[in-house]
Amino acid sequence: MERLHSGLILETGPFRTRIVSHTPEVLAGLDLLYSDFPVHDDGFCDFHVQVERVQGPRRYFRPQVTFMFDGMAPFKPLPANHAFALLEWGLNWCIAGHAHHYLMLHAASLEKNGRAVILPGEPGAGKSTLTAALTLSGFRLLSDELTLVDREDRLLVPLARPVSLKNASIDVIRSFSPRAVMGAAAHDTHKGTVSHLKPTSESVLRADEKAKPALIIFPRWKADAEAKLTHHSKADAFMHTANHAFNYNLLGSLGYDLNASLIDACECYDFEYSQLSDATLVLSELMQ
Amino acid sequence: MKLTDSPLIIALRDPGVILRFTDAEWDLIVRQGYATGLLGRLGAMMLKHGLKTQIPVPVWRHMEAMLTIAEKQRRAVLWEVSQLSRALVEVNAPVMLLKGAAYAAAELAPAAGRTFSDIDILVPKSALPEVEMHLMLSGWIAARLDPYDQRYYRQWMHELPPMTHIRRGTNLDLHHNILPETARIKTRPDLILSSAQHLAGFANIFIPCPADQVLHSATHLYHEGEWEHGLRDLSDLDCLLRAYGEDSGFWADLMARARELNLAGPLSHALSNAKAIFQTPVPDLAQHSALYQTRTIQRRMMNSLFVAGMTSAHPSLRHPGTGLAQFLLYVRSHWLRMPMHLLIPHLLHKAIAKLRIENSEIHRSAE
Repeated sequence: MERLHSGLILETGPFRTRIVSHTPEVLAGLDLLYSDFPVHDDGFCDFHVQVERVQGPRRYFRPQVTFMFDGMAPFKPLPANHAFALLEWGLNWCIAGHAHHYLMLHAASLEKNGRAVILPGEPGAGKSTLTAALTLSGFRLLSDELTLVDREDRLLVPLARPVSLKNASIDVIRSFSPRAVMGAAAHDTHKGTVSHLKPTSESVLRADEKAKPALIIFPRWKADAEAKLTHHSKADAFMHTANHAFNYNLLGSLGYDLNASLIDACECYDFEYSQLSDATLVLSELMQ
Repeated sequence: MKLTDSPLIIALRDPGVILRFTDAEWDLIVRQGYATGLLGRLGAMMLKHGLKTQIPVPVWRHMEAMLTIAEKQRRAVLWEVSQLSRALVEVNAPVMLLKGAAYAAAELAPAAGRTFSDIDILVPKSALPEVEMHLMLSGWIAARLDPYDQRYYRQWMHELPPMTHIRRGTNLDLHHNILPETARIKTRPDLILSSAQHLAGFANIFIPCPADQVLHSATHLYHEGEWEHGLRDLSDLDCLLRAYGEDSGFWADLMARARELNLAGPLSHALSNAKAIFQTPVPDLAQHSALYQTRTIQRRMMNSLFVAGMTSAHPSLRHPGTGLAQFLLYVRSHWLRMPMHLLIPHLLHKAIAKLRIENSEIHRSAE
């Protein structure tokens, strides 16, 4: 608690973020969901962030919280009970806006048996739900939103941060596994109700271990469909990852090279499913 | 923290000192580097001095990220310049790139690791209607402004309302002067254009001559009142002066040109501040006393006001006087920009327009 007031340095994969907050929601969220992550008292930090109540008359009437990046507020304030979700979005913003050292794909990624699978997600395709289910089925979580490709060795760099779940998928994951640890739900955000799944200890403890990309899977949840993999053209996969990357154009020819070697290294599939238990089985077999 | 104690400034002055830096100092460097816009330049300097491997890996990642952005902008600006050159090929007038775009396109000293957001160009005032028309035909659209703002730009300012390319989204500021029409001091944009240098590879694109690059950069810094970027702009001046200053004839040219363009004031502030903050090698300032039209004490006060303004970039640099300095510099920039009989109605108009917007926002959020 006192540490969070004066500055808690949280290590998530390659990034260290100094977080200052006096809001109980942030404290509770960090306590529950980040309990396995390394924390530090001093040293170099990549990002300096604060999540605090907005002062003034709003303190008493519909209190709000604001996210600050080193003294500057990049977003508008949100209702006070969204504080932890705001911190998560803020941390994503920090990485997406600054980590151009990496190629950053808008995709989830997980690892099993030394092979990494990338799940690019169209909104509503169920990427996060599948990521959460795989995490709870023995896959090592690398990242839920931001897949980082190292420009030197072209491996995937883990973040292992909590998986963000929305609306119905929150209860789907609760009933999928009794081991699911979920943070407090934030209702009525711009994404609806949002709650975060705690990453498994193994994912967090191995967050300094990069993973070799082997598969790109485009998931699509479809009612009553049997879990089924079909080949996806590599050319299309290339265009998709390029178009959905945060900084493909910014990296210029390096972006092209990194994306091309990623696609070269990966088998690409479309994946239709309705039952998470079937889906995790099919994908586990694929990782053998 | 005093500016001259900032690890960022110290490292920019003398790159070798980074060997002694602690984690806490690196932490401050990256934060101050992002806030001031100087992180990329420091990264470029580290590469140039072969110090990359001496930097902690997590710190280098941030510098490399900024160098990546700067490189992307360099590619983008070359593409924009080729598009501009083509769009304006029928216009019988020179098109001059200013500041960031000129540095990047001609790979001038400040370019390495520098990022920028707009492309600024200068054309003769007489060619303005023709240039504007050809730019619009090629897809540059001016921001939609109310009649008051249109008049503000077109009658009083030195540039037209900012333009954005309809497909590429790039921003272009079209200037016909480097100071507002209403400004207290008048300069001679025609002389700047007539001493222009060709940008290699383009028949109709130019950059200012070295002395004019310095004078425009100084004029921009001390007249526009963008003090959050003040340190970056002063560092640009430091880069230019170090690069050109080795040529012994440069300084005499610069002084003569400053008088010719009536820009001795901003130049004298630039030389004093650059020397004080970046230890820019400026030949004995006393020799240039002819530049100064004001008394020593007044000049010193102004220079410390500018330094205080530059501390607004990052919380670690701010001191109790920063807020007051920001306010005074804001007032100063308006005072320089237009005479009182125009300024007071203009500020009133802006204040009322702001109130109206706030009221309508409150109204909307209540609904």
